[in-house]
Amino acid sequence: MIELDVNGRTHQVTADPDTPLLYVLRDDLELNGAKFGCGLGQCGACTVLVDGIATLSCVTPILLLAGRQITTVEALGTAAKPGPLQRAFVEEQAAQCGYCTAGMMMRAQALLQQNLFASEEEIRAHMEPNLCRCGTHFRILRAIRRAAKIMLGEHSAGQSRAEPSPPLESNTDITRRPAHSERRERPER
Amino acid sequence: MIASSGTVVSRRAVLRGTGALIVSCSLGPAITAAVIGRQQTANQAALPGDLAQYPLLDSWLRIAADGKVTAFTGKAELGQGIRTALLQVIAEELLVPLDRVTLITADTALTPNEGYTSGSHSMQDSGTALRNAAAQVREILLAEAANRLQQPIAQLQVEDGAVVAPDGTRLTYGNLVADQLLHVRAQPTSKLRNPAAFKIMGQSTQRVDIPAKVCGDQAYMQDMRLPGMLHARVVRPPGYGANLLKLDTAAVEKMPGVVKVLRDKNFLAVVAHREYQAVKAMRALAALAQWAQTASLPQAAALHATLLAMKSEDETILDTRSGGTRATHSATYTRPYLAHGSIGPSCAIAQWSQDQLTLWSSTQGVFPNRAAIAELLRLDPQQVRCIQVEGSGCYGHNGADDASADAALIAKAIPDHPIRLQWMREQEHAWEPYGPAMIAKVRASLDESGHIDTWDYGVWSNTHSTRPGPAGALLAAREIAAGYPPPEPRPIPQPEGGGDRNAIPLYEVRNAHVVHHFLPQMPLRVSALRSLGAYLNVIAIEGFMDELAELVAADPVDFRLKHLNDPRAVAVIKAAAEDFQWASRPKRSPGQGHGVGFARYKNLAAYCAVIMEVTVDHETGRTRVVRAVAAVDTGQVVNPNGVVNQIQGSILQSMSWTLFEGVTFDTQRITSVDWASYPILRFSSVPATLSVRLLDAPGAPFLGCGEAGQGPAAAALVNAVANATGRRIRDLPLTPGRVKAAIGV
Repeated sequence: MIELDVNGRTHQVTADPDTPLLYVLRDDLELNGAKFGCGLGQCGACTVLVDGIATLSCVTPILLLAGRQITTVEALGTAAKPGPLQRAFVEEQAAQCGYCTAGMMMRAQALLQQNLFASEEEIRAHMEPNLCRCGTHFRILRAIRRAAKIMLGEHSAGQSRAEPSPPLESNTDITRRPAHSERRERPER
Repeated sequence: MIASSGTVVSRRAVLRGTGALIVSCSLGPAITAAVIGRQQTANQAALPGDLAQYPLLDSWLRIAADGKVTAFTGKAELGQGIRTALLQVIAEELLVPLDRVTLITADTALTPNEGYTSGSHSMQDSGTALRNAAAQVREILLAEAANRLQQPIAQLQVEDGAVVAPDGTRLTYGNLVADQLLHVRAQPTSKLRNPAAFKIMGQSTQRVDIPAKVCGDQAYMQDMRLPGMLHARVVRPPGYGANLLKLDTAAVEKMPGVVKVLRDKNFLAVVAHREYQAVKAMRALAALAQWAQTASLPQAAALHATLLAMKSEDETILDTRSGGTRATHSATYTRPYLAHGSIGPSCAIAQWSQDQLTLWSSTQGVFPNRAAIAELLRLDPQQVRCIQVEGSGCYGHNGADDASADAALIAKAIPDHPIRLQWMREQEHAWEPYGPAMIAKVRASLDESGHIDTWDYGVWSNTHSTRPGPAGALLAAREIAAGYPPPEPRPIPQPEGGGDRNAIPLYEVRNAHVVHHFLPQMPLRVSALRSLGAYLNVIAIEGFMDELAELVAADPVDFRLKHLNDPRAVAVIKAAAEDFQWASRPKRSPGQGHGVGFARYKNLAAYCAVIMEVTVDHETGRTRVVRAVAAVDTGQVVNPNGVVNQIQGSILQSMSWTLFEGVTFDTQRITSVDWASYPILRFSSVPATLSVRLLDAPGAPFLGCGEAGQGPAAAALVNAVANATGRRIRDLPLTPGRVKAAIGV
């Protein structure tokens, strides 16, 4: 029996001590955030925080974790009450399939807890271990910068206050032009 | 049974000019859309989108007494955002808020059979069907209200899911809907809402699936947990064609938590109470298994020569030759096998209870997958229900169907327990069906005015679809004793094409000859990967356009425009050039270059032009994309932010393929089995800017954009590297080694 502190709660875990944390989070504690991607520590889909440090839960056995503070994406907020990173990822629509997203967010959280003023280069370097296959990187970077701004706003105001969300189309231009002549549908209403 | 009805005069009046309405007899809710929807009628061909397949409106839309709308689609959310776009279409035409609509996706018990969610077809097929169905449902409800209120339709307004009379009387859809009211055949034309009045379509809408994904709610196949569920893992052979010689399972059966070890010829699986117990048992079993291996794979270094030497089935897909000058310039472009490389390995749950198999799978086609698995297990398809649950992004035919077959085989052996089967990383990498390696050869001549006079193009490729339908498409069918051989591969016919997708240039060339050299023999397992053959064909055509432009010292953008007549094609290229400031770009300097790529996907779907600026480091041979600009015309845009997301993703994924990727193998097995041996793009390679302009075409048909960027982005990159280095590399990927060899470092 190993005692694990996950998201501020203590859990008695009966899994074998060599079990990677990821399986305990997903199967015993039924937390979905950390994902199985490779089981090899190569992709970052399983990233969680251990004592504030981004950690690959798929290759970290629970025997190393007694007394350590483990944080998963579930601790950042809920759909009804999203935390800054969650808000930022929704506002930037920074997901396609989203399978890598929770891992991305936890790695970003580790950085932002240390440094809300991280430069573009620092953010990219910090995020380098995590893989995304859909090609959402550009939006993920935007979301991390946005989250930093939200956190900064909250920090300085001492309460949950941030700039209002800009319209979704802020990163693109939509050029309206007349309907093309080959159209088949005939709008009547 | 179909019968005419004389009770629907008001509806007939509404849908005027379309002939008598036909109302089906009540068949009861137990008869699903899949059964009643396939009735053949004379006017079926005229129905829009997949309404042609399922003409009954209530196959697509139902409204409850409380006004809540339930919609049905045979297409699946794959992370491309289709759920949100379809909801927008329905909400727009029904004039209800988005959150009042529930969308049921791909489920053999509930939804229409819309084949596979593939080929950028979802908006075109299902979006068009749902849009027209919603418009017709709205008009039926409006007519019902007119009938009840005894007022002319023209006096009535529809808003917020209700019909409102001039005196303020409101009849909600819930009030209006009655038994069988929507159980009617769709009509060929619909009163679609005017794009100028759109409230929801055309508006960037936050995707409904993202909040759960960023909060750790249950969002994926991999997150499903069912009572009594057991965890399974498979042990795959070490390579293609390997046979199990010897295996003593006793030691594994005694391992903690192990419920069962299954062996059926070369199919090996373990089942355990806990997931990690299954992983450990799988490893132990793999270590004990002794296999006879065969050297069946080609020499990797001679891959393309091997493919070219194979017997091919040649089809001329374009021949406009009437003379023409002899080709003076030629080139050969190649691509390697590419992996889908889903971040999450494939996962499925299967449960065999009371002679019924329930299967949850991240398949792209619940109906074809059901057919394959029923055949594999020798069941009647009616004994199998296949429900799609979103998994990790697939980008085509990955391991999802195979994993569901594995789970089904195991579940059949352990009745009543849901069996959760997940592949390991190395299994996904080694056993998924790859996007085929290909060769494209092109020759051309130019006339005195610099116009292309002859164009001779050939492409060599395996099939780009070995999807289920037949059981032999499933990996496990090759491993079990009572198995099935892989089905005969077939080319995907034009106009969409497979290996020859986008092999016909959109450019005006006088004497064109295009041949698809279909290669039936498949050294590696292959199937559909996002954009199929279009990826290499667009690279080859666009690369060669640059080569020809250079011969006559023409600007690459001008040279393309000179050969294009399609105004929409011209518009996207001009828009991208304008956004990139192409005309005023800096003069080419060593190590820095610009490139353009354009295609209309399948020559039928979205138009996309991409322009890139790259730097190429002389010492390391490393290519970096500094900025990328895209312009897209995908017809009527439903969710602009969603389209931009797809195009941005398409560009980055295509950059990854083009700069980094290629499946590696020796003569016995695949050797690229993880992210170390199959590197992909990381944050350090993401451009500083990545802009997308949408050229909206209000009222135009949906064209489908999910794959549109793959070819143009790669072509822009290949051309930009050629521009930066002064040397053209025609073999992919553009590795630092290839770049250095090209520039003589």
